[in-house]
Amino acid sequence: MSFPWANHYKPSHPFMVYLDEKLPLPRFVYNAIGAGYPVPRNLNYMWNFGVLAGFCLLLQIVTGVVLAMHYAANSGIAFDSVEHIMRDVNYGWLLRYAHANGASAFFAVVYIHIFRGFFYGSYKPPREMIWLLGVAIFLLMMATAFMGYVLPWGQMSYWGAQVITGLFSAIPIVGNGLHTWLLGGFAPVDATLNRFYALHFLLPFVILGMIILHIWSLHIPGSSNPTGVEVKSESDTVPFHPYYTAKDGFGLGCFLVVYCLMMFYAPNALGHPDNYIPANPMQTPAHIVPEWYFWPFYAILRAFTQDFFMIPAKLMGVLAMFSSILVWFFLPWLDRSPVRSGHYRPLHRKFFWVLVADVVLLGWCGGSPAEEPYVMISQLAAVYYFVHFLIVLPIVSSIEKPEPLPFSITESVLGKDDQAALAGAPASA
Amino acid sequence: MVRIIAFFAGLFFALALLWSFGKGLVSYVTSPPAATAEHAFHLAPRPLHLASDGPFGKFDMQQVQRGFQVYKEVCSNCHALHEVAFRDLKAIGYNDDEVKAIAAGFKVPHYDARTGEVKTVNGLPTDHFPPVVYGGQGSPPDLSLITKARHGGAAYVYSLLTGFQKQPAALLAHFPEAKTPDGLYYNPYFANLNIAMPPPLTADGQVSYKDNTPATVDQMAQDVAAFLVWTAEPKLENRHQAGFATVGFLIFATVLAYMAYRNVWADKKH
Ligand code: HEC
Ligand code: HEM
Repeated sequence: MSFPWANHYKPSHPFMVYLDEKLPLPRFVYNAIGAGYPVPRNLNYMWNFGVLAGFCLLLQIVTGVVLAMHYAANSGIAFDSVEHIMRDVNYGWLLRYAHANGASAFFAVVYIHIFRGFFYGSYKPPREMIWLLGVAIFLLMMATAFMGYVLPWGQMSYWGAQVITGLFSAIPIVGNGLHTWLLGGFAPVDATLNRFYALHFLLPFVILGMIILHIWSLHIPGSSNPTGVEVKSESDTVPFHPYYTAKDGFGLGCFLVVYCLMMFYAPNALGHPDNYIPANPMQTPAHIVPEWYFWPFYAILRAFTQDFFMIPAKLMGVLAMFSSILVWFFLPWLDRSPVRSGHYRPLHRKFFWVLVADVVLLGWCGGSPAEEPYVMISQLAAVYYFVHFLIVLPIVSSIEKPEPLPFSITESVLGKDDQAALAGAPASA
Repeated sequence: MVRIIAFFAGLFFALALLWSFGKGLVSYVTSPPAATAEHAFHLAPRPLHLASDGPFGKFDMQQVQRGFQVYKEVCSNCHALHEVAFRDLKAIGYNDDEVKAIAAGFKVPHYDARTGEVKTVNGLPTDHFPPVVYGGQGSPPDLSLITKARHGGAAYVYSLLTGFQKQPAALLAHFPEAKTPDGLYYNPYFANLNIAMPPPLTADGQVSYKDNTPATVDQMAQDVAAFLVWTAEPKLENRHQAGFATVGFLIFATVLAYMAYRNVWADKKH
């Protein structure tokens, strides 16, 4: 992307000059995440999470590929092969815990990244394409994580696969056939495990490709910022390198400390004990629950307990669960407020925090057994979830009176006086 | 247009949910869920403190060996330890000869390719603990991963083993239908209160410890729980040590990164 004042790549070493002629990869990197990419100077730590998400993906790919060298995708030995990794493979325990906790870390980071978007209105034009790609990435992540969880072939793997693939049988007419076709059997079997393994290996690379598109489209308008006011002049920006490489480096360090504490000292805290029991098709676990990052959506799925105008409850649940993510695609057209950032939107800001609380509540219900009072709570929480996106946001965006915006990023950072002083002074970068 | 469609979609989901909610509420009020014996009498595990707990935890090898002795003399009659190989026992302090002797004490199935028969032969250090044929009621689970496969882990195993008791009179008074069926044993730590396992540790001195620790039921239960923490996570000590080094290094690196960040941004208000 380019603001007119972006630095230009000037290779000095003869080899780099040569390379720049033949394959301008260094130039590409320089313009993408180097000194050639001007970024608003006022980004806060919420803007760190995109880089962290990218780091998590690489971490998952690296640990995943090595795990794949030792894992056996055969329903007879998959469970034991995972234990073989834990016991006999050099640092196998480290790899496996890094990958399992890496998935949780990835979701935690991406949830923050997405909610950053909700608060700061990052989805608004001209960044709607970035947002659409982001939601698609999130859907792919969910599919990848679901299939990955099936691979150890423990009780939760098996019964999770049973429940989630079973959702497809709710589709009228073709449902049952589709279900059998997806599984390659009438219940999760060896064929299911093998296809899930193939897809679990493939999808992260599809995600990688999508992220390249995501960042490509980001670089056309450039990053937004906490004020939501677009970049106007050079003093609004700093070059990505060294400013944000340094800041993101610090953020990455903080992230790694938390992640490593989890991984080394509570590696099973986020997992379910039942997945250390080998899959047993004859014995249903007392409570079938997915991993924590699916809980809010699982709560929405289970909240529909009654048929509604001839639509079976199960089908309603499936529709609602998918819709709960699909609504995000429409956000740029649902929220029409000309102001982006929640800092200047008094009403939107309040509803944002209600949404956060609501999603946490849904998550809590989704991780609890399907009993009262959890079901009733999740029903009310799910009502708010849909009403928030489909009814509240559009109304808020038309009735709300936004607070005054700063004239520019520089003004918001320096205040009006310094800004005036700067305008008189010779331009400094 | 998008917003009008969205409004009706939102209404549709909200009404369907409120319909479910309303019906659920009515049935909750008219026929509240009945109290169950499990709900009223199930107990959370009693606390158990082991040397392997905490970020600096290490196995107490004496205790783990005692626990192995309990497993071998008592539990192995019914429970297998499929994920563990005899050679792994070297990690809890047995030498090569001891491991050979332990292995030879177990009969493992062996397929003879010449005759096509499966015979049982004395185990070798490379063999895993063999499957166990159990004729009684219920099916004893493999114990290799049991402390990771139950909420409460080692504390649960310990509580279960020491938790057998007579069914409380209050339970029978309130829930006569929950009387422990024949062939099962009342244990408030077990999920449905009635377990098929006969109390395995019944008398002090059931095993005689080589290190002269008094073998009370409580002690044996603690020891076997400690052993089962090891079978479930033999690399626990490596993990604790590697974690200390890694996190220590990361904190140092993060402090440096913070200073670099402050330095780079020193001239930029932001
Ligand atoms: C006489 C056979 C027998 C012996 C000896 C025995 N068990 Fe069991 N055990 C069983 C059976 C049967 C079950 C299954 C119980 C059920 O599912 O109701 C079981 C279940 C268990 C469970 C799982 C409970 C659960 O939450 O599902 C644990 C833990 C356990 N035994 C530990 C031990 C330990 C430790 C020892 C040795 C001190 C031992 N057992 C000795 C028969 C035995
Ligand atoms: C695999 C997961 C993802 C990776 C690796 C990733 C990576 C990134 C990176 C590096 C940035 C630039 C830095 C930043 O602004 O934080 C970014 C920006 C952005 N991402 Fe993502 N992202 C991912 C998923 C998502 C998802 C799921 C969404 C939304 C549903 C999303 C929405 C956005 C938006 C809207 C921006 C532009 C924000 C702005 O500049 O204001 N991303 N992403």
